[in-house]
Amino acid sequence: MIRVNNRDEVEWEEGMTVSDLLERMRYTFPHIIVKVDGEVVPREEYPTRTIPDGADVRVIHLIAGG
Amino acid sequence: MTAQGSRRVLAEFAYEVPPVERGYTNQTLYVNLSDNTITAKPVTEEMKEKFIGGRGFGLWLLWHAVKDDTKWNDPENEIIISSGPCGGITQYPGSGKSLVVTISPLTDIPIDSNVGGHFGPLLKFSGWDALEIQGKAEKDVIVVIDGQNGRVTIEEADGVPVDSHLVGHWLIEEMAEKEEDRYFMSVVAAGSGAEHTRIGCLNFSFYDRRRKAPRFKQAGRGGIGTVFRDKRIKAIVVKSPPVRGDSNRPADPERIARAGLRLHKEIHDYDDQQNRMRKRGTPYLVQIMDDYDLLPVHNFKFGSHPDTPKINGDVWEGRFSQGLPDGCWYGCTMSCSHAVDHYTVRTGPYKGQKVIVDGPEYETIAGVGSNCGIFDPDAILEINFYCDTYGIDTISFGTLTAFVMECYEAGILDKEKTGGLELRFGNADAAIELLHQMARGEGFGKIAGQGVRRMKEYFVKEFGADPQFVQDIGMEAKGLEYSEYVCKESLAQQGGYGLTNKGPQHDEAWLIFMDMVSNLLPTFEDKAEALHYFPMWRTWFGLCGFCKLPWNDIVPPDNAMTDEPAKIPAHVQNYVEIFSGVTGKEVTADDLITMSERVYNFQRVFNIRLGKGLREHDAVPYRSMGPVTVEEYESRAERYDKQLRELLGLDPEKMTTEEKLAALRKYREEQYEKLIDAVYARRGWTKDGVPTLETLKRLGIDYPDVVEVVKRHL
Ligand code: SF4
Repeated sequence: MIRVNNRDEVEWEEGMTVSDLLERMRYTFPHIIVKVDGEVVPREEYPTRTIPDGADVRVIHLIAGG
Repeated sequence: MTAQGSRRVLAEFAYEVPPVERGYTNQTLYVNLSDNTITAKPVTEEMKEKFIGGRGFGLWLLWHAVKDDTKWNDPENEIIISSGPCGGITQYPGSGKSLVVTISPLTDIPIDSNVGGHFGPLLKFSGWDALEIQGKAEKDVIVVIDGQNGRVTIEEADGVPVDSHLVGHWLIEEMAEKEEDRYFMSVVAAGSGAEHTRIGCLNFSFYDRRRKAPRFKQAGRGGIGTVFRDKRIKAIVVKSPPVRGDSNRPADPERIARAGLRLHKEIHDYDDQQNRMRKRGTPYLVQIMDDYDLLPVHNFKFGSHPDTPKINGDVWEGRFSQGLPDGCWYGCTMSCSHAVDHYTVRTGPYKGQKVIVDGPEYETIAGVGSNCGIFDPDAILEINFYCDTYGIDTISFGTLTAFVMECYEAGILDKEKTGGLELRFGNADAAIELLHQMARGEGFGKIAGQGVRRMKEYFVKEFGADPQFVQDIGMEAKGLEYSEYVCKESLAQQGGYGLTNKGPQHDEAWLIFMDMVSNLLPTFEDKAEALHYFPMWRTWFGLCGFCKLPWNDIVPPDNAMTDEPAKIPAHVQNYVEIFSGVTGKEVTADDLITMSERVYNFQRVFNIRLGKGLREHDAVPYRSMGPVTVEEYESRAERYDKQLRELLGLDPEKMTTEEKLAALRKYREEQYEKLIDAVYARRGWTKDGVPTLETLKRLGIDYPDVVEVVKRHL
């Protein structure tokens, strides 16, 4: 199990990457910042960076809206 | 264009065009249409110091023009247009906005609207920091400000068309003596729809040199176009001396240029990976909002729909003419004011004409599209075109039509009551006919054009509608229709809509991601801090003449590493540099917030003076807080059941849907009241929402007449 944004529990899977998580959560907004256990993950590493079980993941969305 | 109009001068005023100094001309233009007076008024240091410009100037001038019981259609009500000290610079994207202020026919309190187009800056370069129009003409008039020759006229306008796309063309052709004149002219106009409804908007033109035609941006919210036509104004035209890079005469041009270069480079390097504003503009938000269950569907019942891909950003990217410089002021490389060219109008008086449709913007697609169950891009374009040229606000039109459609489906309305219109969700033809009726001032369109608040009363009285039901589903607060985001799952955004000065428009605060998705505002204090900071921050754009989009629709790549990424600190610093660079006054980021706080609190007191502005007026309809109907609850039952279990310790298995609805409602309504307490405390207001004397003193707006209003409520 991993915890997203200090609230949502998400089932962990072997080899799960940041991109997989974003897809699972339907987080499609382009202005986001992803931190895994406190460390910012560069955007280009989203497809390859795996998330460990029990991780604390933060997906910070910047403001949108017209 | 076929229009045949004639102009006859009724009053004339000659003036010397003063040079702009550090963003100000230091005078405002006053026009009274009742007695045809035209005069100049000085801008005092106090005005500049405390009210800055734009919306601040508008509110200050309006405060001194009206009485405590002035209504929107009283002659003393004014329309004030002002850009702001930074309006008109060409080095930084998004620096050409105009702010319009008047007493609204929807809310009976001041409305402010931030609009593109060239009028505000050209007004300044013609010698005026603001235009203040009071009184009412007997017959239709146009007001002409000729900054090339130092002459202002009020003119009779017989035979001049009223709908914006016609009057805009006609006036530019009539008044331009040479090609270059067209570039430096701007027309403000409304339309026939503004005349017969309370949801009239104003169109502000800019001349598109590539298309060789005027294009329009809208001051949409709050019925300003209705006030404009009530004053019998057909158009206001400004003809300015040519705009140059230094027309605004800033104190330190290099400092502004440096900030501009940084942003131009960011837009150039990252826009394609970020929001693609240059190719798609705000429609990129349609799919995103659907993905997060925030896109209004069927009068805000739901947040997504399987047909959204038919109207999302990809579709519009294909429809917009690409590769044209679509900036609505010089130097805006964000260039997001896209248009659909050669659209053939399908219905109504302009059927068969080929026209340019400006937009559609996100709010229009969501409002007249998904919220009404219309997923047809051509129908959205047709409504967009007619709303603009008739001078009708697309947001109010979308939200009120969605309300009508839900009432129809709930049996409150039927064909007999609507005069034959089958106003069900998805019926685009009926929605378009409703719009034409508004322009003609006929039939059910006349009733609907009064807005959601007045329709609720009417449906209860005339059709026996259940008052609680229409109150719950009618998406208006303070009398203004909601803009197009579903905020049920974000308490902070419920406040972002409800705890506003003018009514539920998202330009004060858009906190849904911070709150609902990122969970960055877990406590009431966190939410209150955001509902202090962001409304103040966004207010500031409207004091200075800025567009909000270049602040956060592009971000620098290292923004993620900053302490407060949501504020985009690098861009805040750009604005600090620009304000100091234009005015020569050294300011800090905190000073910008204080400037806004002053104007914001002044506006709150203004609302109180006009009999509103208290806690009871910050109430919101339950549809904005949670599910009203069984259908709505059951469509997201998993989410709501979970909340009942986790937040309230209830067992949903043992409850009927009605019981679950009631339990959730009680909880959410209590949460909203707690939020109000926290926000008022943070803003320095009493529990009834009145700014305290300490707050007024701290901000330096404890003028005797302001204190007098507040004291009645302490
Ligand atoms: S960002 Fe878009 S709306 Fe804002 S000034 Fe530029 S072109 Fe106009």
